[in-house]
Amino acid sequence: MYQTTYHRAASVSDAVKHLKKSDDAKLVSGGMTLIPAMKTRLAAPADLVDLRHIPEMRGIAVSGKTVTIGAATTHAEVATDARIAKACPALSHLASHIGDPHVRHMGTIGGSIANNDPAADYPAAMLALDAIIVTNKRETPAGKFFKGLFETALKEDEIITAVTFTVPAKSGYEKFPNPASRYAMTGVFVAKGKDGVRAAVTGAGEDGVFRSGEIEAALSKKFEPAALEGVSVPSDDLMTDIHASAEYRANLVVVMAKRAVVRANA
Amino acid sequence: MGVEGIGARVARKEDKRFITGAGRYVDDMVVPGMKHAAFVRSPYAHADIRKIDVKAAQAMPGVIAVLTGRELKADGVGNLICGWMIHSKDGTPMKMGAWSPLAVDRARYVGDAVAIVVAETKGQARDAAEAVEVTYKERKAVTDAVKALGKGAPQLHPEADNNLIYDWEIGDAKATEAAIAKAAHVTRMHIVNNRLVPNAMEPRAALGHYDKAEDHYTCWTTSQNPHVARLVMSAFYNIAPENKLRVIAPDVGGGFGSKIFIYPEEIVCLWASKRAGVPVKWVADRTESFLTDAHGRDHVSEVQMAFDKNNRIIGLKVDTIANFGAYMSLFSSSVPTYLYATLLSGQYDIPAIHANVRAVYTNSAPVDAYRGAGRPEATYLLERVMETAARELGVDPAELRRVNFIRQFPHQTPVILNYDAGDYEASLDAAMKAADYAGFAKRRDKAKKAGRLRGIGLSCYIEACGLAPSAAVGSLGAGVGLWESAEVRVNAVGTIEVMTGSHSHGQGHETTFAQLVSDRFGLPVDSVNIVHGDTDKVQMGMGTYGSRSGAVGMSAIVKALDKVEAKAKKIAAHLMEADEGDIVIENGELKVAGTDKSVPWFQLALAAYTAHNLPAGMEPGLKEGAFYDPTNFTFPAGCYICEVEVDPETGRTEIVQFVAADDFGNIINPMIVEGQVHGGIAQGVGQAMLEGAHYDPASGQLLTASYMDYTMPRADDLPSFKVSTSNTPCPSNPLGIKGCGEAGAIGSPPAVINAITNAIGNNDLTMPATPQRVWAALKAATKH
Repeated sequence: MYQTTYHRAASVSDAVKHLKKSDDAKLVSGGMTLIPAMKTRLAAPADLVDLRHIPEMRGIAVSGKTVTIGAATTHAEVATDARIAKACPALSHLASHIGDPHVRHMGTIGGSIANNDPAADYPAAMLALDAIIVTNKRETPAGKFFKGLFETALKEDEIITAVTFTVPAKSGYEKFPNPASRYAMTGVFVAKGKDGVRAAVTGAGEDGVFRSGEIEAALSKKFEPAALEGVSVPSDDLMTDIHASAEYRANLVVVMAKRAVVRANA
Repeated sequence: MGVEGIGARVARKEDKRFITGAGRYVDDMVVPGMKHAAFVRSPYAHADIRKIDVKAAQAMPGVIAVLTGRELKADGVGNLICGWMIHSKDGTPMKMGAWSPLAVDRARYVGDAVAIVVAETKGQARDAAEAVEVTYKERKAVTDAVKALGKGAPQLHPEADNNLIYDWEIGDAKATEAAIAKAAHVTRMHIVNNRLVPNAMEPRAALGHYDKAEDHYTCWTTSQNPHVARLVMSAFYNIAPENKLRVIAPDVGGGFGSKIFIYPEEIVCLWASKRAGVPVKWVADRTESFLTDAHGRDHVSEVQMAFDKNNRIIGLKVDTIANFGAYMSLFSSSVPTYLYATLLSGQYDIPAIHANVRAVYTNSAPVDAYRGAGRPEATYLLERVMETAARELGVDPAELRRVNFIRQFPHQTPVILNYDAGDYEASLDAAMKAADYAGFAKRRDKAKKAGRLRGIGLSCYIEACGLAPSAAVGSLGAGVGLWESAEVRVNAVGTIEVMTGSHSHGQGHETTFAQLVSDRFGLPVDSVNIVHGDTDKVQMGMGTYGSRSGAVGMSAIVKALDKVEAKAKKIAAHLMEADEGDIVIENGELKVAGTDKSVPWFQLALAAYTAHNLPAGMEPGLKEGAFYDPTNFTFPAGCYICEVEVDPETGRTEIVQFVAADDFGNIINPMIVEGQVHGGIAQGVGQAMLEGAHYDPASGQLLTASYMDYTMPRADDLPSFKVSTSNTPCPSNPLGIKGCGEAGAIGSPPAVINAITNAIGNNDLTMPATPQRVWAALKAATKH
């Protein structure tokens, strides 16, 4: 790791202040991707601004049909929260299967979303739940937030403070982990809400998380695994790497979608 | 046996310090004035080094020295060597290209060391290493051994035309061809044995310390055989004569073979210590481990197995290409020859065998022994072919093996080895019973109803370990003898130190070796200390690899114990005025048999050292040494049965049952033996389903250079193993033990692949059988 200076932000405005003061600062909110990258000298920010201890960014609220999760809330907190378990068990399930216990106690939902790793779990949930990404500047629907590999709509000095979504009637998440990294090699989050069915795929797309029209169309007819029998998704825009070909990932999209529906209906 | 003697499940003495974090590894060693090193490494798989500009690096904060291969050569440091001479079938010696500890004119693989930076801190050394400006001219690279032999392939070493190191053969080509020609059935296969990265938990490390006042070097290093390291560094690298070089391998966190070899880094740290005038420590990071630890396996073979009309094997023909990487590592040449082709008879009575092996340079990390070393490659090839032949012949795979088992011992195979003892059918029967082989069809049908494909696969392995009779290996080209030494030092109050040339890096020697002493004298294991890993404390030794520490290392201890016992009995007889032949040793006492006369062990020891009343002419003291040179290899064998369920939608395979029935001869500590089997199977399952080093064919970059891409086995990848032993004592050593360190890794891969191919109905599957590969093979099978 190269030399870096750590700042623990006390508030969102404090974080912005630190960010503006440095020519080369990076926000860190768990650092489960950033710190390993720094350790292998692939990232070298001069300053690190830690968002994890900002009180206004922490905590979970469920009010009626609306769920709000502070950006600095850890995966472990989401996984074990009784209100989330009741409102959206698929999200509890998802959070409880990110990384390992160490990662879940350090990593945060805001950090995961801002990083937008193409194999991360949370982006699929946000997209399928049609969540709103709340920042210190604006509110953006998930559909307009995720822009590609490690790219989001976030501007400079913009900090995710929370995410919010409406409780779906049904939802489920299933991932096929990469054998080595255990990141999603393909993960599918399905949600049935008042505006219909949304199915978001992570770990498979060449441009990161995406909604699968084929899956959504089939499940809109009938929200049952049987509705996906014989359905195939194109492999054109899917990733090929040493672990999985685009063709194999296309197969996994359908299989994971089926299993996500089984979970949603359970 | 006593509660702590031979055969007892004594808890490992060393584990207290290991699991409380109190182990002391090379990185824990601190020498006054010690500085830190970082290596500049080639980012290219193959490139000419045009220029190395160190000026900017030298000016960096904390930098003490930046040294290159030219300075190393100027100081007369020698090239690395391969210590086992193999001759090609045309009689010419193997073609060894030069391996300079720091590359001078050309880099030959990604990670090849080019320069060393010594600085006040590790961070400063790394920062400065990045500032060393190396001008490379990139060349075309080749990482695939088959392609490297092809026309127009990039050439690595001027010494080796077409990258061919040797073209070696064993067995009778003519008789084998004749058998194939007259066979009732021939099974033909193309077998790939995947390349593995050893992944010891502790990365390699070295601390070189040149003491100017004494003109003496000390090297702390992560070695499985510190004495061999000293011998080689002294004799070939011109570091210093042996009396001026001490090598210490303290606690070492796993080796699996990868820490047998002498690597550039320890040589360079020693040399740099004198050059820079400071002790120099280097500890590999995980990326360096992936890139530069000697890899394992990487064979491509064509095989033909011929059967007569009674399903008896009449001939076996094998043609293997072995990838050696960019340089010949210390024992690389022996792995695909005498540790591989000599095992191709397996457990079977095969009248004619011929194997041809070509060893090939490629632009990849050097390849050498890794847990099993040659024997897993032989077993995988043979046991896949047996299973495939059974399917082709329409006979039960267990029965085909049974028909072909060797049943009389000693048995001379057509490929050098002479098996001394074994009962292969006993292991097969034990494994089939434990696996409920007969009930498989029911389990398969039940799984099918649940939408899962269940398969079963066998592997009957044999290996040769307990390396090895010195004269025999010498005649086969080994540069060293493979005996072991021991010294048993009884202190004046009766506690005991045992100096051994074996090195423990996870095997539990501090417990099992102490059990031998405990058994002999009836003393608690806590009164026995095992001393190893330091050339100043132990006179000489050949180290730990090839499952040799039990069969060879412990046999040396037995010989030394015999001498101590004989002297102790003489003293006891003298003290008790009895006949030497009447003295027995029980529960820490020397007794006159049939009387109530006895001398406690501690009193006997004291008598030896006070020397007030010893037999006339006897030297004082109680300390004896011995060398033991084995008379034969030992031949552990066994049967493994794996049962899997495949999810046909994803190709994900779950091992639902794994049975191991081994014959290890006599056992010192069953708990430690079971642990060795568990670990070996975990690595074997790793090779079969998870692990594989993958180089980008165009650039020669290692794509699996971290745990993000290289799949190590984890607890949830493995089932609970059902292990058992049915033992035939080894007649070739005093303890009757065979060795158990590598068996799991040798026997398990074919059992796993045989089970998966059985489940999916497609035999065309290569390791690692990842979900994607299994899914694709299943898809291909259902298309037909």
